[in-house]
Amino acid sequence: MKRTSLGASLASCLGAVLLLVSPVRAEDKLKVGFVYVGPVADYGYSFQHDLSRKALAAAMPDKVETTYLENVPEADSERAIEKLARSGMGLIFTTSFGFMEPTLKVAKKFPKVKFEHATGYKRAPNVSTYSARFYEGRYVCGKIAAKLSKTGTVGYIASFPIPEVVSGINAFMLGAQSVNPNLKVKIVWVNTWFDPGKEAEAAKALLAQGADILAQHTDSAAPLQEAEKQGKFAFGQSSDQYRFAPKAQLTSIVDDWNGYVIAETKAVLDGSWTSHDTWGGIKDGMVVLAPFTNMPDDVKAMAEATVKDIASGKVQPFAGPVTKQDGTLAVKAGETAPDPMILGMNWYVKGIDDKLPQ
Amino acid sequence: MRLDLVPRPHRSPLAEALAPALAFLAAVLVGGVAVSLLGVSPAAAFVVYFVAPLSELWSLQEVAVKAAPLALIATGLAFCYRANLWNIGAEGQFVVGGLAGGMVAIATHGSTGFTLWILPAMLAAGTLAGIAYAMIPALLRVRLGVSEILTSLMLVYVAELLLDYMARGPLRDPAGYNFPQSVAFDEAARLPALMEGDALHAGVLVALAAVGLGAVVLGRSLFGFEMRLVGASPRAARFAGFSAERLTLLAFAISGGAAGLAGIVEVAGRIGQLQPSISPGYGFTAIIVAFLGRLSPVGILVAAFVIAVTTIGGEAAQIDLRLPLDLTRAFQGLLLGLVLGADVLTRFRLRLVAGTAR
Amino acid sequence: MSPDVIAMVAATVLAAATPLIIAGLGELVAERAGVLNLGVEGMMVCGAAVGFAAAVESGSTLVGALAGIGAGVALAAAFGLLTVGLAANQVASGLALTILGLGLSGLAGARYVGLKRDPAPHLAIPGLTDLPVVGPLVFGQDGFVYAGLALAMGVSWFLWRTRTGLVLRAIGDDPAATHSLGLPVRAARFLAVLFGGACAGLAGAYLSLAYTPFWAPAMTAGRGWIALALVVFASWRPGRVVAGAVLFGGATVLQLHAQALGIGLPGQVLSAVPYLATILALILLSLARRQGGSLAPAALGRDFTPHR
Repeated sequence: MKRTSLGASLASCLGAVLLLVSPVRAEDKLKVGFVYVGPVADYGYSFQHDLSRKALAAAMPDKVETTYLENVPEADSERAIEKLARSGMGLIFTTSFGFMEPTLKVAKKFPKVKFEHATGYKRAPNVSTYSARFYEGRYVCGKIAAKLSKTGTVGYIASFPIPEVVSGINAFMLGAQSVNPNLKVKIVWVNTWFDPGKEAEAAKALLAQGADILAQHTDSAAPLQEAEKQGKFAFGQSSDQYRFAPKAQLTSIVDDWNGYVIAETKAVLDGSWTSHDTWGGIKDGMVVLAPFTNMPDDVKAMAEATVKDIASGKVQPFAGPVTKQDGTLAVKAGETAPDPMILGMNWYVKGIDDKLPQ
Repeated sequence: MRLDLVPRPHRSPLAEALAPALAFLAAVLVGGVAVSLLGVSPAAAFVVYFVAPLSELWSLQEVAVKAAPLALIATGLAFCYRANLWNIGAEGQFVVGGLAGGMVAIATHGSTGFTLWILPAMLAAGTLAGIAYAMIPALLRVRLGVSEILTSLMLVYVAELLLDYMARGPLRDPAGYNFPQSVAFDEAARLPALMEGDALHAGVLVALAAVGLGAVVLGRSLFGFEMRLVGASPRAARFAGFSAERLTLLAFAISGGAAGLAGIVEVAGRIGQLQPSISPGYGFTAIIVAFLGRLSPVGILVAAFVIAVTTIGGEAAQIDLRLPLDLTRAFQGLLLGLVLGADVLTRFRLRLVAGTAR
Repeated sequence: MSPDVIAMVAATVLAAATPLIIAGLGELVAERAGVLNLGVEGMMVCGAAVGFAAAVESGSTLVGALAGIGAGVALAAAFGLLTVGLAANQVASGLALTILGLGLSGLAGARYVGLKRDPAPHLAIPGLTDLPVVGPLVFGQDGFVYAGLALAMGVSWFLWRTRTGLVLRAIGDDPAATHSLGLPVRAARFLAVLFGGACAGLAGAYLSLAYTPFWAPAMTAGRGWIALALVVFASWRPGRVVAGAVLFGGATVLQLHAQALGIGLPGQVLSAVPYLATILALILLSLARRQGGSLAPAALGRDFTPHR
């Protein structure tokens, strides 16, 4: 212990520190972890998920402890998820579609840990899936746009031609057509979820070509700001972006995961958790429309009534008859589109004047 | 006053070993200050970053899995850089390798009977694709004198966009609800795990073998000598009758092949399917690894190990200490800068001279 | 398309080109001096974060722009110390700078996420700005756009009309010879690197103060890399940087407009255009060189130590 004392004492010192920091926490607290694909500061998709983490921590401060990993690349996510599982988490939310296979792999190794994967479709005994019926909100937006548009043209900034985005466009169009069958939607694909500059350019292009209302399925507030600058209107995405464009935002389709996250955590705590699929909408409080602003009272009343009717089931965005762009009937009158059809949607409804990429 | 660099007559091995260690120490000190500004004990942060990842079998495996592609790519790049050829497009060659090998797996998906040939075919396809892709900048340089730095960099983005297109379009899993990813590969198309259920897969051995081979070729063979001579003294190499053209093509083939192999190893080992993005920047990080390792295979192994540890430690720091990911990035950048700077001091002495800078 | 729409498209293209012009010109000067700085993206994103933070704190766009420049210069100084002062490898140092810049910008901007500012004011000259079509395009831009164009003229004048500019280009082509003439090779290179940092920082500040006036992590979205490609595409000529930026920016904007008109093209192909165009330009350049066309700085990317 003489010659090696420096190294040894250093090691023991580090060990002591390790003991000090390795969080000695109450055994009965459930540790809940979250994995985000973007930065929590994106003020969009990941931000909303982090709000639910904070809501959970605030709701049950003495029962749970939360933690998160942000900016996790999908190609590198398996390790991040496993790290959380190994850090003693009892419940892990993996919040991006690209985390699907890694989540399943890690879940297989940690059968006692419960996993919640957002927007995917593969489950396991300890993996649940959940997503929100964002398209319900888009249906409401479509109705508002059809009421308010003076030019009869609405601009739609889309990210990638995946079913979630396509079904959103279709629901928007069906909502619009229920008010004004002749409303035109111009669609611009920007091939990115987040690039403020490019989103602003797309907004400018759509406004220049006669659109006076913008809808978006990308994450930044740039299109809203562009609409505000030009005295036009727009719908926000993921979170309430009113603060970015107080004169332009009509409403925003807000992802509200708070209720779901808290309910699932409670289920784990009381032992009632089982693997299942949740696809919640307005009724379940998962899709929330931000306050209706910058519109006349009658439009506001219509929007609020529509929200109520969707919640009660009286209005179904994909209620038949739904005709595809090519004229074939997708949903017969009197029926509604089954969930698998909406989940895999790769066609436009009639009236959309655009060719779906691929 | 000005600062002069005076070449050292001979490099001292002690200084060479000490320089990166001192740089590391300096980076840790700066990082410690930053961490304490954020209200976290520097000692605790040090343990979480550098000690914890090495204290568990699991995280050691993860370090190996992370370090393997870095070391493999960097060893290939060392051939180029030794010869003063600047292939900075390894990221693109990695992506193309993963794509080509993955296409083999997808084409043979579901085949029964004799399937032992599939995995070797994938590895070969990945390597060949990497070589072919690296030949573009190499041939442009040899035939037309076009700067390989810029062409190889530009081709990275082309490769990434190609993979993005393929994963979202032609290679999409037909049963996957139009989500942007391919089928999950068959067992026969996966590199087997070395320990049942754990992260460590046979690809790490492939990478290690390749690095070993690289070390022998670079250090012991006539070819390696040619390479080094061309870099150190192009004129001497010409007098010796070495063909610069042939060496350029060979160096690019080696580095492209190594990157392509790393790409398919990652896809067949860790990921197990094709998706729009398969690399968290391995090709670029490997450039830094190559320089940190002073272009020698042993040094590269050490450097890849250090980078892998800090990345995994960064995740642990997010979970255990709530240190933001940006801090890890800033720390990595700082560490790299300091090591690069310190390395210079092993080649030169600093001298302060009166007078203006020249 | 009506004239108004054309003017509007032209204004959009100019606005989209501005960050590329500013960052590209800075990198051009550094490369003309023989220093390849791959850290443009890192300096740019720091300029965006620090510029926005300073503008919020001070309430002044000008202060924000200056702070953005300062952030770029500070990072460039670190890069210059490494590569010019210590002759460290430029490629590796530039990549390290990008990582550092991305990290620092996230730390600097963390408290400013979700805040908004009014965009930088646009020029408004009564009478002139109201002219149809040309009015808003020529007399209705924000200060950054004019600064970018003025910068292009300034850099062009400096490189070809001043003795210092000549020296700078000579250093980029043959530092050893220039050194033996008694000219300050390393000081000039260092200053050129700082200028590149200032420009990258300003370009970033343009994004967060004028183009899309808020801060979000990684909001530069790869524009720093496009600026790097642009310099090559422009064969190291300031005028061609402007033209190339308009072309690169225009390609994006026009394809978005084409989509709005109902003409679709695969997005990935279009995103690849700047890079493919740059490779093509490089090939054409090297073919032209055989007939005595313009050259890349001969010593680009090589370190220089007086005692070699």
